[in-house]
Amino acid sequence: MERQPRALQVLLAIGLVALAAFPLVGEKFYLQFITKLMIMGIFAMSLDLLVGHTGLVSLGHALFFGVAAYALMLLTPEYQAAGFWTSLGVSLGVAALAALIVGFFVLRTTGIYFIMVTLAFGQMTYFYVHDSSHLGGSDGKYIYVRPVLEIAGWSPFDLERPAHFYYVALAMMVFVYLMLRVLLASPFGRVISGIKENEHRMRMLGFATFRYKLVCFVLAGTLAGLAGWLAAAHDGLVNPEMLSWHQSGQLLMMVILGGMGTPSGPILGAAALKVLELVFQGWTKHWQLLLGGFIVLSVLLLPRGLAQLFESKRRD
Amino acid sequence: MTEVALRTAALRKDFGGLTAVNDVALECRVGQMHAVIGPNGAGKTTLINLLSGDLAPSSGRIEILGRDVTGLPPHRISQLGVGRSYQRTNIFMRFTVFENCRLAAQSRLPSSMRFLRAAARYRAVNEAAAQAIELAELGGREQLPASSLSHGERRQLEVAMTLATQPKVLLLDEPLAGMGGEESARMVELLKKLVPGHAMLLVEHDMDAVFALAGLLTVMVNGAVLASGTPESIRANREVQEAYLGSPGHE
Repeated sequence: MERQPRALQVLLAIGLVALAAFPLVGEKFYLQFITKLMIMGIFAMSLDLLVGHTGLVSLGHALFFGVAAYALMLLTPEYQAAGFWTSLGVSLGVAALAALIVGFFVLRTTGIYFIMVTLAFGQMTYFYVHDSSHLGGSDGKYIYVRPVLEIAGWSPFDLERPAHFYYVALAMMVFVYLMLRVLLASPFGRVISGIKENEHRMRMLGFATFRYKLVCFVLAGTLAGLAGWLAAAHDGLVNPEMLSWHQSGQLLMMVILGGMGTPSGPILGAAALKVLELVFQGWTKHWQLLLGGFIVLSVLLLPRGLAQLFESKRRD
Repeated sequence: MTEVALRTAALRKDFGGLTAVNDVALECRVGQMHAVIGPNGAGKTTLINLLSGDLAPSSGRIEILGRDVTGLPPHRISQLGVGRSYQRTNIFMRFTVFENCRLAAQSRLPSSMRFLRAAARYRAVNEAAAQAIELAELGGREQLPASSLSHGERRQLEVAMTLATQPKVLLLDEPLAGMGGEESARMVELLKKLVPGHAMLLVEHDMDAVFALAGLLTVMVNGAVLASGTPESIRANREVQEAYLGSPGHE
């Protein structure tokens, strides 16, 4: 297993401590802002599992984010809270099932065709949701009460409190990060990196590559579902934009900006894009121009993403 | 005689109107090197593609270790004990030499749907990879990226990866292609070492190597078998001389 450079390890540790300490000093606005960043970080990591580690460029990844979010909305009774574990379990299950079905079809294609069919599945779901009045149509629906975790009358945290939600999101982001590190070093992880490098050769070595790609696709979809569940619970709102190709495209941009196939790249990319968006919006109403310019520059100067600044060695 | 490890009967492959492989029957036993020679376009590589499952035959039958494998996908054929090396080097350029072989050896785990323990800690896999590297004489190069190897070494790695899958049948598509004299000699030595434990099918243009290695020769012309037999009988065959080897005075 490849080790990360010392400098990055130190930086990650500092970052983690800073994130953990932030709620002690931060205002509510920034607390919620960083919570959203961390949710996007999870989402971006899930896409990078496909794009950066398996070589599958998907433009429909928001589908799984969206269906999990809508599942939470449907599970939440009006003015009452959904159960934490039940709603989380169902949301992840729905996302996984969606990924299994979509993956079964799209993974028969490669390259540009893969991009096109993932986009097609994403847009099909988007328009279905957009045109379904029981799902709230184009406006979406509110989730008035966040899920509640209760064990025999005792609840360890209260998602209605920003700091508590913040820590839940942080814990989940760290969990996903560590899980992916373990996964990528495992025999399964080596198989998907082999598929990215040379799928034909993998087949000739005796690997049934379709099966591995499908499992990977379901895993990535499930993790996107985790992000979707968190986002819906946090924002108290679901709408069709969560499934749109803008969302998928922006996510892909985060992954590319941060560094495809690097451990911390997707989180960096998600944070960078969201922070810059906030900063540029404060400067001018033409903020998208600035953001676009920044992305072009960074792709030119750092072709392997922001993570390139810290990760000097090229990974396997 | 040992059992027949590889057998084809009436094997045929059409590409539209072109018959690339036509009614080919051949056999190869463990401990035997069977070389297939013939001019460019004779259908030798197509034949190997059929045997490895890269292409499905139009008709005919392929048996490997007594099992009918006609039309099976490549990963199934590989799992039955068939290793293949490519004419154009086909390795994982960005992986190290060791990782190339380790991944190849990992394919012999019952399943790679294993998510927790680090791949580097599967001792049997590491040992199989190290053994293949040793056998292919790439010792000392383990930690180099494959892309930094010389052409000859890449060909050796190609063979090492094939060996790491512990095959019984080896399909070698021009392992000497593009090699210099010294590199060729090293590869011929390596292949010689492998003959006892394997059934080997060799496609090669280097006649010196073919006659040094093969116990059985098949000459293909225009997709069909022109002649088959021991190297001596092929050398003496007038038809073969005319079609391929050139006039006797020339050789």
